[in-house]
Parts: sequence; structure tokens; C-alpha cells
Amino acid sequence: MVEFFTNTNLGIVLVILGQCLLVLVPLLVALAFLMYADRKVWAAVQMRKGPNMVGAFGLLQSFADFLKYIVKEIIVPAGADKFVFFLAPMIAFVLAVIAWAVIPFNDGWVLADINVAILYVFAISSLEVYGVIMGGWASNSKYPFLGSLRSAAQMISYEVSIGLIIVGVIISTGSLNFGDIVAAQDGNAGLFNWYWVAHFPMLFLFFISALAETNRPPFDLPEAESELVAGYQVEYSSTPFLLFMIGELMAVVLMCALTTLLFFGGWLSPVPFLPDGIFWMILKMSAVFFMFAMVKAITPRYRYDQLMRIGWKVFLPMSLAWVVLVSFLAKFEVLGGFWARWTMGG
Amino acid sequence: MTVFAFTFYLFAITTVVGGLFTVVSRNPVHSVLWLILAFLSSAGLFVTLGAEFVAMLLIIVYVGAVAVLFLFVVMMLDVDFAELKAEMTKYMPLALLIGVVIIMQLALALGVWGFSDGYEARIAAPAGDVSNTAALGLLIYDKYIMLFQLAGLILLVAMIGAIVLTLRHRVDIKRQNVLAQMYRDPAKAMELRDVKPGQGL
Repeated sequence: MVEFFTNTNLGIVLVILGQCLLVLVPLLVALAFLMYADRKVWAAVQMRKGPNMVGAFGLLQSFADFLKYIVKEIIVPAGADKFVFFLAPMIAFVLAVIAWAVIPFNDGWVLADINVAILYVFAISSLEVYGVIMGGWASNSKYPFLGSLRSAAQMISYEVSIGLIIVGVIISTGSLNFGDIVAAQDGNAGLFNWYWVAHFPMLFLFFISALAETNRPPFDLPEAESELVAGYQVEYSSTPFLLFMIGELMAVVLMCALTTLLFFGGWLSPVPFLPDGIFWMILKMSAVFFMFAMVKAITPRYRYDQLMRIGWKVFLPMSLAWVVLVSFLAKFEVLGGFWARWTMGG
Repeated sequence: MTVFAFTFYLFAITTVVGGLFTVVSRNPVHSVLWLILAFLSSAGLFVTLGAEFVAMLLIIVYVGAVAVLFLFVVMMLDVDFAELKAEMTKYMPLALLIGVVIIMQLALALGVWGFSDGYEARIAAPAGDVSNTAALGLLIYDKYIMLFQLAGLILLVAMIGAIVLTLRHRVDIKRQNVLAQMYRDPAKAMELRDVKPGQGL
């Protein structure tokens, strides 16, 4: 029986499919509750109750919403480019899902343990702009088109600084593999060994860039409801809209996972006497997601020129300077190789 | 058919189909989308060759940045592409000639490559336990550092040249001074006066 799954082609394909489901199903279920948590945090800050009707404490609200989305009628605008119109939400959803193929949840718990894992995630997140552009263009309507143009410019701008921040982490680690990046953060000092100490200013830049990259408030200009109704999503209804929404939220959760892996030591335990494990990974991701939800609740929306100015004139020079500085610190092994983890055997 | 052959033919056919539809598609935006498909499947071909770093770079640079700009421009342009397409027959002979020349060049170059002695050794993967990302890094940043920096410098010059050519200093417009705006406070920005009735300021 074991031989069937390890030796034959069909068996291997079945095992891989099973692993994919093992990642995807818990992720989608978790997404439903994260959506609920997002709304609850938002409501609590504004002293409202939030969703509280469906199930105990409104816990099943997301599932009720899900049912509502899939049974409603799909409306296609008369002048729409039908093929691209339906392709766009699918692309948004599929890209958000396939990025999880290389995200490890525990030591070795990863679907595809490839050498260039972090580049893969970066490539996928740079593709996510297509769902938005295509959706906005195919709707053949002014608001969606303006929203998609804004989104394209915004996502390209912040990708640059995210890329440079990742380069800093890669220089410190000497590898593009997530397993190696987390292993490099292991050490006797527990949580003070993680990269949030070594790359301290970049943590904030990464967090803010992640907000902009995923179109979250205060950078949600592509769907600024006071100006553009709902941006590129205006003409979408029912399941296509649901796909857009899930894709967007999944990109946010992916950014939480990335922040955890790059700066907070992934599945490593913060104190040396407790065991490492997937528990820590989930806890840290939830904490970062809580920060995302809080930012949504407490910050006013930026103006578009301010957004562009921060991206190109503040974040890009800062992250570029940090790459140069980290290269220097790593090359000369300052502080016993604090920025050159491969020299410490980590 | 092995899994390798299957993936190769899948990506190869997708690349060719994508390229073909880039040319024949009536809608320019569809053309760009087909071009993106061609880029993605050639990245897939790189992965089947074991060059995963190059594949990721192809996606990040060409699909993630260059093609987005293409799409931007094509969406904004209001060109009557049907009219342009109508002139296609006029330029067809020239285009065919160029196509034939390129195919001949490729065939000659690859033919010489394929029939020369010991070509398999030259296309082998980097020796030892170095991953091809590390091997590429060593080549570019150690062995050919001067050439690489020179290439970068040429690109920088091209970029500065483009900016210089398009830069205009217009004097009759009001510019925004962001720092001045940020450091302005109510005390400096407004003045409270007690205006007497019938007198004004």
C-alpha cells in the first residue's frame, strides 16, 4: 500500500493532490473566520456590535455570506468583454491560492520545497495586479477603469520596496528558501534572534508596503467608495465578486505569513524552553492579521499623490539604503555575524 | 510519454499558441494578454530545464512589470486597430522575409551548436552542489562583475537620457511644496482679525 503511493505515478499524483487539499481546505475555513474577526475588530473599535446574528456570536456569518454570494444572479454589463470579465476574478483567486504552495507551516511542512521559494511568492504577488486591471478594463465602465489604473500604479510602486526589503533578508540568510530563512533566525536568544531585531526598520516598511500591495486601508484607493463607488469591483456580482473578495483576503493572509516567516521566525518558539511548532506560526500570523484589522479600523484613507510620494520618495530610498547597509554589515561580519547568519552556523 | 515530455509539449504548444494569437488577435488588449500567456509558458519551459531562477526573473520582470506597462499603454491608446490590421497585407511580404531570416539564423546557430563535438558538456548544469541561483550569482557578481556593472551603467545612462529629453521646466505653473505643507500649522497659516462693522480690513 505504501509502495503504491511512493513508487507509481498515479500514487504520487494522489499524494500531492491530498497535500494540496490539506493546505487549501483549512486555509479556506480559516479565511471565513478571519473575515469574521476582521469585521469584529473593526466593529469593536467603532463601538458597534458587528456581525452577531448567524450562529453563536455571529460566528457563522461568513458562511451565510458565502451562500448568499453563490445563489445570487450574475449580472454582466452590456458592453463588457465577457471572456476577460470572467477571467479576471478567476485569475485573482487562483493566483492568491497558488502562492501558498511554497509557504511552510512548520519545519518541512511545505507542499513544494523549492530553492527560489521567496522569489516565487514575489512573482505571484506581482501577477496579482492582473486580476484587478483585467476586471476594471473588461467592465467597460469609467469607475472600474479608474480604480484598476490606480491599483496597477500602486501595486507596481510598492512591489519595488517589498522586493528590496526581501533582498535585505536574503543577504542576511544566504538562501532563497523559507526553511533556511527561518532556520537562520534560530538561536539561543529566542525572539531576540529573529530578524525583527536585525532588520528592525524594515519591519515597519514591509508592513506598510504590504498594506499598499494588498489594497488594504489606508491605501485602499482602488476601491475608494467615496470616489469610485467600489473601484474595479463595481460591475461584479455574485460568485465573481466572491472570488475577488476571497482572493483579496487571501493575499492579506499571505502577507501575514510572509511577515511571520521573514521577521518573526516562523514556527520558532519565542522563548528557548518551549518547543517550536505550527502553533507558533498560526499564533504569529493571527497577531499580524490583528494588526492589519486594527490599521483598517483606525487610519483615514491617504490621498493618491501622498501614496505615490511615500512609495517612491520615502520607502524606495530607505529600503535601497538598507540593502547597501546590510550588505556592508554582512560582508564585514559586524557584531559577530549578526547580519551574516551563515557564519554563525544557523 | 514521460511527465517531463508531457510538461514540455504542454508549455511549448501554449507558448506557440500564445505568440500566434498575440499577432492575429483583433483586440489589442487581448493581444497583450496572449503575450503574457506566452511569457508564462516560456517561464514554465525554463523550469522544466531546471533553470528556476531565470524562470522567476522572467515572470517578475517581464510579466510583473513590462507587460503591465504594455497593458497600461494599450488600454489608454485610442488607436483604430482595425485600420492598422487592414494594412497588414501590404507589409506581409516584408514580415515574412524577416521571419524567414530569423528562422534561418536560429537553425544555423543551433545546428552548429548541436553538431559540434562535446556540446552536451557545455550545456550541463553547474558542477558540484551549488544551486543554479548561486552559480549565476557567482558568475555575474564575481567573474563578470565589470561587464555586469558596465551593462547597468549603460541602462542608467539610457534612463537619465530619457528623463533629460522629456524634462521641461515650466515657469508659469504653481508647484506643490510638500515639506512646506507638512510644516505649516494653524498659527502660521491663518490670522484672526476682529473686524469692526462698516470698516472692513
